[in-house]
Amino acid sequence: MLYRENGQFKTSYRADQQIFPILQDRVFIMLLLAFAVVGVPLLASDYLFRAILIPFLIFSLAAVGVNILVGYCGQISLGSGAFMAVGAYGAYNFFARVPNMPLIPALILGGLCATVFGILFGLPSLRVRGLYLAVATLAAQFFADWMFLRIKWFTLDTPSGSVAVSNLQVFGLPIESAVSKYLFCLVVLALVALMAKNLVRGAIGREWMAIRDMDVAAAVIGIRPMYAKLSAFAVSSFIIGLAGALWAFIYLGAWEPSAFSVDYSFRLLFMVIIGGLGSIMGSFFGAAFIVILPIALNQFLPLLAGLFGIEISTAGIAHAELMIFGGLIVWFLIVEPHGLARLWSTAKQKLRLWPFPY
Amino acid sequence: MMATALPTATVRAELVEAVLPDRASTGSAGTAGGGGARKSPGEVILDVQNISLSFGGVKALTDISFDVREHEVRAIIGPNGAGKSSMLNCINGVYQPQQGSITFRGQHFRHMNSRQVAEMGVARTFQNLALFKGMSVLDNIMTGRNLKMKSGLLAQALRWGPAEREEIAQRESVERIIDFLEIQPHRKTPVGRLPYGLQKRVDLGRALAMEPQVLLLDEPMAGMNVEEKQDMSRFILDVNDEFGTTIVLIEHDMGVVMDISDRVVVLDYGKKIGDGTPLEVRNNEDVIRAYLGTEH
Amino acid sequence: MGFFLETLFGGLMVGMLYSLIALGFVLIYKASGVFNFAQGAMVLFAALAMARFAEWVPQWTGIENRWFANLAAFALAGVLMFAVAWLVERLVLRHLVNQEGATLLMATLGITYFIDGLGQTIFGSNIYKIDIGMPKEPIFAFESAFQGGILLNKEDLIAAAIAAALVALLSLFFQKTGTGRALRAVADDHQAAQSIGIPLARIWVIVWCVAGVVALVAGMIWGSKLGVQFSLATVALRALPVVILGGLTSVPGAILGGLIIGVGEKLSEVYLGPLVGGGIEIWFAYVLALLFLLFRPQGLFGEKIIDRV
Repeated sequence: MLYRENGQFKTSYRADQQIFPILQDRVFIMLLLAFAVVGVPLLASDYLFRAILIPFLIFSLAAVGVNILVGYCGQISLGSGAFMAVGAYGAYNFFARVPNMPLIPALILGGLCATVFGILFGLPSLRVRGLYLAVATLAAQFFADWMFLRIKWFTLDTPSGSVAVSNLQVFGLPIESAVSKYLFCLVVLALVALMAKNLVRGAIGREWMAIRDMDVAAAVIGIRPMYAKLSAFAVSSFIIGLAGALWAFIYLGAWEPSAFSVDYSFRLLFMVIIGGLGSIMGSFFGAAFIVILPIALNQFLPLLAGLFGIEISTAGIAHAELMIFGGLIVWFLIVEPHGLARLWSTAKQKLRLWPFPY
Repeated sequence: MMATALPTATVRAELVEAVLPDRASTGSAGTAGGGGARKSPGEVILDVQNISLSFGGVKALTDISFDVREHEVRAIIGPNGAGKSSMLNCINGVYQPQQGSITFRGQHFRHMNSRQVAEMGVARTFQNLALFKGMSVLDNIMTGRNLKMKSGLLAQALRWGPAEREEIAQRESVERIIDFLEIQPHRKTPVGRLPYGLQKRVDLGRALAMEPQVLLLDEPMAGMNVEEKQDMSRFILDVNDEFGTTIVLIEHDMGVVMDISDRVVVLDYGKKIGDGTPLEVRNNEDVIRAYLGTEH
Repeated sequence: MGFFLETLFGGLMVGMLYSLIALGFVLIYKASGVFNFAQGAMVLFAALAMARFAEWVPQWTGIENRWFANLAAFALAGVLMFAVAWLVERLVLRHLVNQEGATLLMATLGITYFIDGLGQTIFGSNIYKIDIGMPKEPIFAFESAFQGGILLNKEDLIAAAIAAALVALLSLFFQKTGTGRALRAVADDHQAAQSIGIPLARIWVIVWCVAGVVALVAGMIWGSKLGVQFSLATVALRALPVVILGGLTSVPGAILGGLIIGVGEKLSEVYLGPLVGGGIEIWFAYVLALLFLLFRPQGLFGEKIIDRV
């Protein structure tokens, strides 16, 4: 009843092509944004910010980047951790070495460093795909691991390899408190996600999807596979690099080279698979899922086990987490390869007909 | 136009005119304007010279030569495995022949490059429907407009002003194609869900979206019933009649071939065994032998 | 020169261990077209199983004989790997039969995580020992040719012998037996194999079992050398480039690829490492694979990848 599109006829292509063509969706998003900006800061505790909200925002950003590469353009990448690292260290070097470098340009420059890195390690995609490409992207991951550990220049020659940033501010406003960090990340995410959505529903997005679906036919239409693939790597690594810089600067504050391990690459891929390949919204779902799951498990598994009289150690929970991740990945791939995003749109379909069954 | 009324002949002509606007017919010796009369074939637009193609030990094409005149409908026929699709793939740049060359509009090419070919105005459909299964009908046909879209990456990301206007303009031209092919109700459906006949139309639509001068059609009627074949023939002829698009067509249905083509090339086992008007080819001994076998 | 040869041999030994792991990859890929990312996790799982069973068998049976404990542990671990293979086929592969490679790859990624977690839940996550009686003292060979001789590990030599025996056995299996022929048919064309009556599901279980046994042998040798710990799984990640180098469908390729990477890693670490800060080992294999991908994606012995329209 509530969710019907009756009476919502579009009289122009512009109206038909909007991001949220259905009025109820637009209203919902507006309310959600309003709540996110105003309501959450009033209601959430510090713990909630640090443990859930800020990681969720930053990982959503990274997941959007990964989704563009893997979901829209069909190029498997296991090197996302490396792109985050390059973004983080790139931003750090600009921030620390250039006097009076403001935060936002530093972050953007970090993203651009990641772009260059991404294009370089994206070159194999012009020759191979699938598993072979996955191995090539792993090369990027391990190379970056080594680069930031052994080449001291990147870490400003600190003996331990750890670096830290402090005194972050934007236009004079300090970013210290949990709320300010949250709002900053929220604004960045909203802007980048909007631009990503625009790209994905525009000409370049269609090129990416064409390459994903059938690149021989794409060439025949006049799409250049090289340009499409490399632009996907470029845009994707920029976004992931930006997310990495945010993670390092805003969330961690201080980090060492092992902060962006191959584990991040796997997690980001899982976020995108579970959330929904080829869906910007899916990236959000996936990020939320992966961020919340360990915390939920931490709370509930001991309770659940307690019911059976079994005690679970923290290590036990960590192991259970691995099993549940793995199991969920397989489950999603079998049952709903399009992830949570598809489940969401199916639910909306049902909602359209509600309260009627069909 | 979002209505689904079937267009009459005159409305149809307008539609076709609207679908393929803005192309000057260069060097054509036929009648002027869009009216109703078929343009008679003009100069040679595509010349295939001594093409030979092999895969490993298998020779797909041996020394094939033929030409195609502007505005004509040229059919390529032959038994299965004769190399017809391979021939189109060579023209398109999908395969690189080991020997021979192709001349297009006077420009000589030893190897064709897919994108170059597309830019020169050659579009094609595929025998096995190389549609983008993950996208809707609308998006599939929009990909055909890619060569015409000029907005840069950043402009698309911000989607302001010129980028938005370009997107809308391309949408309009794609909608005209959708009207022409009568697939309006399906525009938002993912193509993977459509029945085969409709998918073939989308394939044609995508090729038309490129505003081609030469249209290569690889078995456009395969798997269709009589009605669908009539529809498809109507579409093809309309595109050729009203706008003079040169058509190179691979087809098995002899009735269709004899009806709509101006000239025919016959291939068998990778060699050319006949070339001429439908009537000439029909009476050609070699062709008869290839299709029906000989007495022993 | 002596030092160079030592490094070379060391690299060959490591490389041979990589080959063992790569062998598992190639087997599964050859027979089902699935790239089993979880092979490394299987090695660790098998090693854990063997290590712990070897501890527990004396506790359960009261027999203190080490040979008995090890044999029993090997057998039990083998059974466990069969169970894993059967479960993987039943729960995962069967449902993903017609999916494209990328989906299957990601599914094996999920399996990796699952097996990791399972192994540590059942067997614990400390460092365990596998003691199969490998001699730990080094020997000095070629003392006549080089002063002081070259330092070799007896353990490594025995391990090499075991690996060679395994490869020979597998080759015989593939070439001479009926099941081996069926496996090759399935690798060639799933549908054609099915249409002549080869039971696909059973074949896959067999293949994963064989890969599981290979993983067990690899795990046993590695575990005996390094101790069984989580880093074993990351070592297995290094076997991926081996497969790229050698060619996904080639058993000799896996062997040769492993040796090349092993030697390459050691040599580059020793000779190039100091120039760029050391620690090259973690990426050498991958970058080598990357270069191969750019110029010869099918590897040394793999089949050429042809894209047909």
